[in-house]
Amino acid sequence: MPLPIGPVLGILSDNLRIRGSVLPLSRSEATGWARGLDIPRGGNTVLYTGLMYQLIPAIDALASQMARFEDSTIARLFGLGRVANKFINLSFFMALTASKEMKQENNQVLRNIAEMLKKAGVEFGYLYKQELYSGALVYDEGMDESFSVHARRVVNVFRKNGVRCVITVDPHTTSILRDVYPEFVQDFDIDVKNYMEVLAEKNLPVMHEQNKELVIHDSCVYARYEGMIKQPRSLLANAGITVKGLELSGRSTHCCGGPIESLFPSKAHEIAANRVGQLKEKGEDIVTMCPICQVNLRKAAAGSCHISDISNTFAKAYLS
Amino acid sequence: MEKVSSKLAAKLKESEEFNAQACYHCGTCTALCPLGYKIVPRKLFREVMLGLEDKVKESIPEIYSCLLCRMCEEYCPAEVHIAENIRYLRKYINEEVFELL
Repeated sequence: MPLPIGPVLGILSDNLRIRGSVLPLSRSEATGWARGLDIPRGGNTVLYTGLMYQLIPAIDALASQMARFEDSTIARLFGLGRVANKFINLSFFMALTASKEMKQENNQVLRNIAEMLKKAGVEFGYLYKQELYSGALVYDEGMDESFSVHARRVVNVFRKNGVRCVITVDPHTTSILRDVYPEFVQDFDIDVKNYMEVLAEKNLPVMHEQNKELVIHDSCVYARYEGMIKQPRSLLANAGITVKGLELSGRSTHCCGGPIESLFPSKAHEIAANRVGQLKEKGEDIVTMCPICQVNLRKAAAGSCHISDISNTFAKAYLS
Repeated sequence: MEKVSSKLAAKLKESEEFNAQACYHCGTCTALCPLGYKIVPRKLFREVMLGLEDKVKESIPEIYSCLLCRMCEEYCPAEVHIAENIRYLRKYINEEVFELL
């Protein structure tokens, strides 16, 4: 029995409405990455994580549970689960198995980005516990009513803190803020920049030239929604890194399967396996730019190649 | 005999988001879809435009399994906003079928 779409979407939408996030995330899990970095609170320009990297370990744990329910009779109980979830945060229990290693690794991605921005001379703050999830998943699933309320809540936090510009770190948050918020939030006038766009403009000096070759897995959202293809490549090229040619790359990149991981885990895995096959044909050192791509491709690769966030490669080259 | 839903047809009429009218059924979208031949936007959109709500409901798994990756859109010669159309259908189904608020 496939997973019941209505109740699963209902749980995500209820979580966003009642708890401000599609999945549970404690304050320390959300902001722990910034510990010791001395990033000022708030400010004109803020690094807006959109909680994506922090949420991925919980999303991955939940997706693994969902994969077990797919084709099982338990799937029939999701309707009841939605009712119970309004009162008891059931997704909290499902996400308890989130990997500690993945949390640490994703926190490191955010630390890399913040440190490179500092090194490039960018003045920015962070909203710490006030920062909210962007609502991207709920928008993609067509739950516009919940999304609309949440988007206004996010923008109110920016406005209350005097934020005029946000620097984003993942494709989904970048696109939702830049392309979708203006349709849903009246007089949305916040400038949205992605960290790779900022770093590519800044001509960051290379500390350790990396004489290596790697394969890029472009995110569909960065490449086709945002047209952001040259910035990651120029940052790699400046660091002495050669990007291996791949037919399905840039605007023709192939999806990782991640967007349907919660509702159709087996199909998502099949697509990720196809993509890993294409990438591995070109090389075994692969970089991703989206936490969803990374987790899905890694699962499908099962250790057969090295898949890492592109910020780790940048950090080796640009940070001392 | 297929039943035509006046509600679906009316919703589409007032929508600025759904733009499948330009589709001329070349099949490029289907050929490029990472899901293989499991989703057929051109067939689905034709059913939507005809107001065949029951047929559209039969495609609910396909509508929600779309990756919104826009690979199809990138090469669509008619420049149909395929991913946005799929999202529009999700919105319709969430409201009319799943009754999600």
